[in-house]
Amino acid sequence: MRKLRLVLWIPLIAFLAFMAAFAIGLYWPDNHQIQSAMIGRNVPEFSLAPALDGRPGLSSQDLRAGQPHLVNIFASWCIPCRTEAVQLAELSRRGIPVDGVAVRDRPEDLAAFLGQYGDPFRAIGADNDRHVQLSLGSAGVPETFIIDGHGVIRHQHIGAIMDSDIPAIVAAYEAAR
Amino acid sequence: MKRAFLALAILIATPAFADSLLPPARLANVQLPDPRQERAAKALMETIRCVVCQGQSIADSDAEMAGDMRSMIRERIQAGETPDQIRAWMISRYGEWVSYDPPLEPKTWPLWGLPVILLLAGLWLVRGRIRVRRN
Repeated sequence: MRKLRLVLWIPLIAFLAFMAAFAIGLYWPDNHQIQSAMIGRNVPEFSLAPALDGRPGLSSQDLRAGQPHLVNIFASWCIPCRTEAVQLAELSRRGIPVDGVAVRDRPEDLAAFLGQYGDPFRAIGADNDRHVQLSLGSAGVPETFIIDGHGVIRHQHIGAIMDSDIPAIVAAYEAAR
Repeated sequence: MKRAFLALAILIATPAFADSLLPPARLANVQLPDPRQERAAKALMETIRCVVCQGQSIADSDAEMAGDMRSMIRERIQAGETPDQIRAWMISRYGEWVSYDPPLEPKTWPLWGLPVILLLAGLWLVRGRIRVRRN
C-alpha cells in the first residue's frame, strides 16, 4: 500500500518538470544565431559583378590570391549595417582588406548609403539573387567572414561589428595569415 | 484638427521593412511548369527551415530570404538536381538544424526510438489489467 502511494506522486512530479521546462523556455528564450557550417571549408566558387561603377566586383578567385580577406555581407536597406562603417574603416586602417558583398541592392541606393555612412570597401560584389550569401551559410545581414589566403573560411561574425568586436576580428585575421 | 492630423500621420506612415527594394526572386512565388517537378520542390520546401523566421518552413515563411531559398530550390529542381542533393547542400551550409526531416543515425536514435519506448512503457503499465480481464 505504501509503495502505491509513492507511485501516485509520479504524475505530479512529471507535471512540475514539464512546467519548469516551459518556464525556462519562456523566460530565457533560445536566441538562435545560425552559425555557418562552412567554417574550416573552402569558399564556394562564385563570381559577382561589380555592384558600383568604377569599383571591382568580387569572386572566389580574388579570395584565394594568397592574402587573407575580410568579407562583409551587407545591404543599403539593412538598418544595423549603418553602424559598422566606422569599425570596418578602423579594420581597414589596421591593414585588413575589406571586401563587400551587397545583398539585393541597387547601385543608386548603395551609392547613397556609402556616401552617408562611410565607405571602407575595396571591392563590392552584387549578390542580387542571394546565391553567394546562401552558399556561405550566412543567415542575415550584416555578417562578416574572415577568409585565409588559400580561400578557407576561418571566422564568422554575426551582426553589426561593435568596437568591442574588433580585437576578436583582428585576431582571427592574424591567425589566418 | 489634432485628430485629423493624427489620422493623416497614421495614413502616411510606412513601416520600416527589413527587406530590400528589389522584386522577389524569379521563382520565389511562381510554380514550375512541370507539375511533377513542382511537387518535388514543394515537398522539399516544406521540410527546409526558414533561417529568418526560425519556427517556419520556407514554404510558409514570407521572409524575403525564404523566397530566395524557394527560388533557388525550384531552379535546381528544374536543372535536374534531386531533393536529397539540395537538402544535403542546405545542411552543408546551415547545419542539420535547417532540415525538418532528421536522418536516422546514432545521434537521433532517441528521437526515433522514443515513440516505441513509450508504447512499450504503456503496455507494461496496463499489463496487470489485461491479466485481470483474462481471469
